Amino acid sequence: MALLELRGVSKLYQLGGEEIRALDDISLELNEGEFVSIIGPSGSGKTTLMHILGFLDSPTRGSVSLEGMEIGKASSRELARIRNRSIGFVFQSFNLLPKLNVVQNVELPMIYAGLGSRVRRERALKALEMVDLGNRLKNRPSQLSGGQQQRVAIARALVNNPRIILADEPTGNLDTHTGELILALFRRLAAEGRTVILVTHNPEIAAVTPRRIEIRNGKIVDHVDARLAGLHRPNPEQVPSAT
Amino acid sequence: MKTESPQTSAVESLLSELDLTDLPVGGTNLINAVAVGLKEIWAHKFRSALTMLGIVLGVSSLIAMSAMVKGMEIGQKEALLASGGLRKVRLEAQSVPVQQRHLRDFARGMTLSDATAIEAGVPDAEIVAPEMRLEDNPTLAANGKLFRTYMTLGVYPKQAAVSEHVVQHGRIFNDIDADEARAVCVIGTGIRDELFGRPEETGTEVIPIGKTMTINGQPFTIIGMFQLYEGEQDRKARLAAAAAKAAVLASGKKETTGPQRGRGRGGGSYAFWIKNNTVYMPLNTMWQRFQSSRSNAPAEPRLSTIEIKLHDFDRLNQSLVKIRNIMLVNHRGIEDFSFRTLEDWGEDIDRFVRNARLSGSLIAGISLFVGGIGIMNIMLASISERIREIGIRKAVGAGDLDIFTQILVESTVIALVGGLVGLLASRFVVKAIAWVAPTGNDPVITWTAMGVAFAFAAGVGVLAGLFPAFKAARMNVIQALRYD
Repeated sequence: MALLELRGVSKLYQLGGEEIRALDDISLELNEGEFVSIIGPSGSGKTTLMHILGFLDSPTRGSVSLEGMEIGKASSRELARIRNRSIGFVFQSFNLLPKLNVVQNVELPMIYAGLGSRVRRERALKALEMVDLGNRLKNRPSQLSGGQQQRVAIARALVNNPRIILADEPTGNLDTHTGELILALFRRLAAEGRTVILVTHNPEIAAVTPRRIEIRNGKIVDHVDARLAGLHRPNPEQVPSAT
Repeated sequence: MKTESPQTSAVESLLSELDLTDLPVGGTNLINAVAVGLKEIWAHKFRSALTMLGIVLGVSSLIAMSAMVKGMEIGQKEALLASGGLRKVRLEAQSVPVQQRHLRDFARGMTLSDATAIEAGVPDAEIVAPEMRLEDNPTLAANGKLFRTYMTLGVYPKQAAVSEHVVQHGRIFNDIDADEARAVCVIGTGIRDELFGRPEETGTEVIPIGKTMTINGQPFTIIGMFQLYEGEQDRKARLAAAAAKAAVLASGKKETTGPQRGRGRGGGSYAFWIKNNTVYMPLNTMWQRFQSSRSNAPAEPRLSTIEIKLHDFDRLNQSLVKIRNIMLVNHRGIEDFSFRTLEDWGEDIDRFVRNARLSGSLIAGISLFVGGIGIMNIMLASISERIREIGIRKAVGAGDLDIFTQILVESTVIALVGGLVGLLASRFVVKAIAWVAPTGNDPVITWTAMGVAFAFAAGVGVLAGLFPAFKAARMNVIQALRYD
């Protein structure tokens, strides 16, 4: 059973009376522990796809299943719950709250999970130690470098123990070296059993993932899976046909 | 969760320790929301303070208004109570009505038998006190001074209870005094002031017990004196004047207040003035010494009034009907009497209080409302500068309800803090108003007023937060995240 499955997903927008097809009949399966990148130029629909994969948005047509359960057109409350428990977001612009310090930022998802303050503090510290930021707890985001901010964001994404990490151009605002460190961190997370989805326009970054899905005009145009080439464990049944 | 990687890492140990399956999901943590709200207020101290100011003023003016009305109400009710209160009914003799003029010769006036009949026939009458008034403002003389008063009454001793009189010095007359029609009287402090000098002038309080006073030329022994009746405000003024006078005397200067004079009285103090200028003597004394000797004196003692104190004001109407029936039987159908109660006075007070409260509340309410608009305005400004924050919170799992609660709590916290400050400020506002525009009665801040004002502030906070909170909760997460 796939962890996350999209079947015939389309997303339509009305723009000035004209219908825009941001996603056009996309089917996709993502499994546990996969490290996958979604690549495409701007306007290709990859951001829309990311929104749907991250349960920030619902598709106009088609179905999305998480762990075999069809989510369909869930209410915003249910979507919020799924985002809180199953998805960890990492954004290009980090999206930390500037008024909160590092620990408080990391605690944020746990607040909405309804955890008590002691548990929150404990788990935030652990997550921050994991990304080597155990010494910057009381700093504000503005006092940190880009790489450090992104690591805080990753700690925040991990802290509710989600099965899926969704990273939107996570290295876009970082220098090459820092970007590599962040990518290494993602690779480690995938190796530990989490599904990590990298959304990027940069083929070089997409090249680090074993599986790459290229999207253009709302359709999947290329689907490369290194595992199918025998580099990993081949398992044709699990991989959907590339359109 | 299965892992293909053989090495155990920090992540894995973290995962194994954390069991998320039994967590409350999407629960709104109210304490946390309050904490976030307080933090947000603290982060914009000046802005929050300005916003709160509206609520502070609204709450304190609401309390101040209510305090002033309460003060006036207390002053008025004091006077009403001093006059006998609402349970007192005066049954007054009056001339035969026009339509019964032909029966005039059969009218026998109000007599003691009426009082006895009422006492026997109206269980609701707690005290029935017949009263015989000396007409035409008798002249009192003692100590070489004259004074005319119109409250010279022949009564039973129990009359004191009906009119709320308290004998402070000496005693009230007893049955022997009455039986023997002794020339004894109990006076109010006002009479003492006029004939023997007021304490402010003489330096010490004169207690003229045992002294002789003439009433229309007849010598009477003063055997008792009532206590001084005055409103709370009069008492304060008197003490302040005494203190001022003492200070003037101590400094050796001459007084500059001019000669002693009556200064005119109005409103509540009039009731106290009348009460202080009362002379009581036994009913029988009044009859024997003043009334029976008159050339046109009736055969039976005629009363001017019967004062009745009822057990229960709520049954006033039924009691009045009963009394009237008894009187009509006794008077053979001739209605040569009328009732007088203090209901109208009581109603006037209630009406005044209600009107003052209503108009005051309206004005203070408007200022609270304006304060609420201020809060709504600031919350709208606040959410539009926090669109991205709201987007981030939603992305990490905040539900619409969480965002809604957060904004609502923030506006409510502003209102509550403003309300608390307003409660404290109201004391000073009341002082300031009393200083700028002193009235006859000191404002009285009540707990009820404070409670109501605070509750209103809280309500305004919630109402003001509803729309901004709704707006924030309905923000689209994707657009909010993209917002710069």
